[in-house]
Amino acid sequence: MERLIRTEKEVEGRFEEVWLVVEEDPLEQWPAGARDVVGRPAVRKDALERVRGEARYTADIKLPGMLQAVLLRSPYAHARVKSIDVAPALAMPGVRAAIGPGDAPGLEAEAGYAGAPVAAVAAETFGQAHAALDAISVEWEPLEVVVDPEEAVERGLVHGEPERYERGDFDRAVAEADVVVESTYRTSVVLHNSMETHQSVCEWVGDRLDVYTSTQYVWGVRSEVARELGIAPDKVRVVCEYMGGGFGSKNSAGEYTFAAAELAKRTGRPVRCALTRSEEHVAAGNRNATIQKLTAAARSDGTIVALGGEFVNALGWAGWSASTEGPLKMLYACENVRTVRHTAKINTPPMKAFRAPGFVEGTFGLECLIDELAARLDVDPLELRRKNYAGSNDGTPFSSKNLAECYERAQEHWDRRSEVRARSDATWKRGVGMASQIWYGGGGPPSYAWTRVGSDGRIAVVTAMQDIGTGTRTAMAQIAAEELGVPLDRVDVTLGDTARGPYATLSAGSSTTPSVGPAVRAAAADAKRQILEIAAQRYDLEERVLDVRDGRIVSADGNLSVELGEFLSLLGSAQILGKGARGPNPTGMSVLTFGVHVVEAAVDVETGEVVVERVAAIHDVGRIVNPLGAESQVEGGIIQGIGHTLSEQRLMDGETGRVLTRSLDAYRMPTIADVPEIVCEFIDEPDAHLTNLGSKGLGEPPIVPIAAAIANAIRDATGADVHELPISREEMLRALREAEKKERRGAPAAV
Amino acid sequence: MKLRVNGEEHVVDVPVGTSLAGVLRDRIGLTGTKIACNEGHCGACTVMVDGEPVLSCITLAHTVDGEVTTIEGLRDHPLVAAFVKADAVQCGFCTPGQVVSAAALVAANPEPTADEIRHAMAGNICRCGTYPKIEEAITHWSG
Repeated sequence: MERLIRTEKEVEGRFEEVWLVVEEDPLEQWPAGARDVVGRPAVRKDALERVRGEARYTADIKLPGMLQAVLLRSPYAHARVKSIDVAPALAMPGVRAAIGPGDAPGLEAEAGYAGAPVAAVAAETFGQAHAALDAISVEWEPLEVVVDPEEAVERGLVHGEPERYERGDFDRAVAEADVVVESTYRTSVVLHNSMETHQSVCEWVGDRLDVYTSTQYVWGVRSEVARELGIAPDKVRVVCEYMGGGFGSKNSAGEYTFAAAELAKRTGRPVRCALTRSEEHVAAGNRNATIQKLTAAARSDGTIVALGGEFVNALGWAGWSASTEGPLKMLYACENVRTVRHTAKINTPPMKAFRAPGFVEGTFGLECLIDELAARLDVDPLELRRKNYAGSNDGTPFSSKNLAECYERAQEHWDRRSEVRARSDATWKRGVGMASQIWYGGGGPPSYAWTRVGSDGRIAVVTAMQDIGTGTRTAMAQIAAEELGVPLDRVDVTLGDTARGPYATLSAGSSTTPSVGPAVRAAAADAKRQILEIAAQRYDLEERVLDVRDGRIVSADGNLSVELGEFLSLLGSAQILGKGARGPNPTGMSVLTFGVHVVEAAVDVETGEVVVERVAAIHDVGRIVNPLGAESQVEGGIIQGIGHTLSEQRLMDGETGRVLTRSLDAYRMPTIADVPEIVCEFIDEPDAHLTNLGSKGLGEPPIVPIAAAIANAIRDATGADVHELPISREEMLRALREAEKKERRGAPAAV
Repeated sequence: MKLRVNGEEHVVDVPVGTSLAGVLRDRIGLTGTKIACNEGHCGACTVMVDGEPVLSCITLAHTVDGEVTTIEGLRDHPLVAAFVKADAVQCGFCTPGQVVSAAALVAANPEPTADEIRHAMAGNICRCGTYPKIEEAITHWSG
């Protein structure tokens, strides 16, 4: 029974009120714990293809007659094209088409950042297209460049009105508090740097546009392209069978797609437009920098009475303003909260979502502040967190929350403090720090899946989602195998093509498993019901005494036990088709993920070098479908987070707004040599209120608390308060000098 | 020019200045070798020349005088199964290069220590962060 509901839909922490047609979800959740397939480690369904280099990525698509397109980008951080002539480029060797501002969505005459796309050339080879860019004559009118976010806010150069939030009486609570701590934190731009650069291949087949693209959302690209090009959505087919990482930067179509589509139209040939690594550093999106002026006020018994924050999101020229204040509003029980978030519009490359946008930045500030408060109160940081545990989300109940259990399991790692500190010497100081994690990840409707069972007894799960490298095929196959009662190797998953499956949501916001998983289970249940119906007729038994277990149709009395493939051979060319939809989220509840990290770090107090030696991560994300893949997600999130905490630094010329670090040599991401010991645990308790699966997402949670946990370990080791990411050697030495000064003055560590 | 790849000889006509990665991918059709940075910083394009790991995106094809081994020539190497088993693959774009680098390592040093693995593999970037699983896969590569 389908029904129409008006509901809040959450993606990446952004809410909008929408009408949703959802289907009821009558399936009961499986009991907690490992089942026959779900909850047991499974190697990836597509691992062999990927490891052997057989998987075909967008980068590997080569169509007959395919041209290569290259984009002309603005050398100025802010400028207007007074005049442009692309005609000379057409005379260059191999060039087949050239377009300028207004010819394709994304190519614009006003460049708001150095690297903004203004024109594009398609040629027989990449080299020819690249060479032809020089022939395009552009007369630029340079405009004023503003790259300082605070200056931009002061001058009203902003994206929208400030976002304000208030509950209780913040001023009074601060005035009456025993202890008040105030600190300013800064986080820097972080680049996604997916290994496969942003790219699309576009080909017109009659009036239909085929788009092969490296994306996190095939359906999103479909509707965006259809809308921008003014064609029917079903005239756009989007294909992404394998993609080489996205981390939030590939949720939309991008100018490379539109340029390729237009150039393909003009030339009548397929066109590839693939960004170079250098372009990834200037024009493919980033986690925006933030400035966070935070206040925490508490009674001397450790009760937090007020939390406040003034945030500046240094968004760049475009993007959306993520909820940097989110953790401060939701992580702790606190009656008096006041936040304001300004969003600076500056002449720097656009923000794009990056793995828990807003919460990664906000958790760094908040969880450092909580430790500074603990130091002032002279209480144990873990005890302070337990004492201020939030039982609800400002009155709204949680669908499930096991953060207390996370803290409980963190205790043994936390208790290593004295042993870790004792391993310090004159140069290397060691300490332990922790931070909590809160983030969304409940997913939501709509998403659909089909199952197809053939006479060979194999099951195909068909859903037009995409696998961005998180192991989606495997998790979906496990869910279908569990429901159908067949071994995992009997199930295949077809995805990544809008023309070959029903709608499924984007692979972002930790929403894939919690959104599509329940639809896959429902589709499998539908197929199983039909199989049992047929079996009941075939063996003249009642349906209710029949089941499929371990790939066999069995009766309750044990008299019937037939291999599924053998039974289904009677189908011949007939097929059993199941369909399933994602049901609604629980109404009146907050669906959130939780966790805690405990980090052991060492600081060389002479050079400022910081080494993360051990991370214990305990996460509460509902039911774990594949413990092996889940562990990989946690490790990956932690390692990526260590990068933005310690080594990744995008440098920009403050005068011109030009990015200086444009290679993987200059922008230093973690290597295998930077990896600490990682201990990974899950609460693995299904969320009883969330879908037929009880699973939440896990892609983002592990990257949320790591930076604060490292900073807090540094404080434990050295007494120094770091306030800025990345914790470069300069920042570390500055914090150490500051700590020394405070010690000489005899003042407490915080304000 | 002539190029010996995975035991086969190929005759290709490419301009001087073409990278080995370009020839392998675009001319010979061996797309298992990935190009992620195209400037020799990430290791995704690693192939072997006479058993030595080489960054094929910054190696000029005409300078290659030896037997080239790509991931396609290593598809039955025990490391492949070890990577699969250890879950040493997420998006998989860097993985063929990781396997080639690892194959060169274990050929020279069949029982590498953790430090030796980290030293030999530090030139292969994985943005998904599969490193712990890669270390595990190489440690147990021979089964």
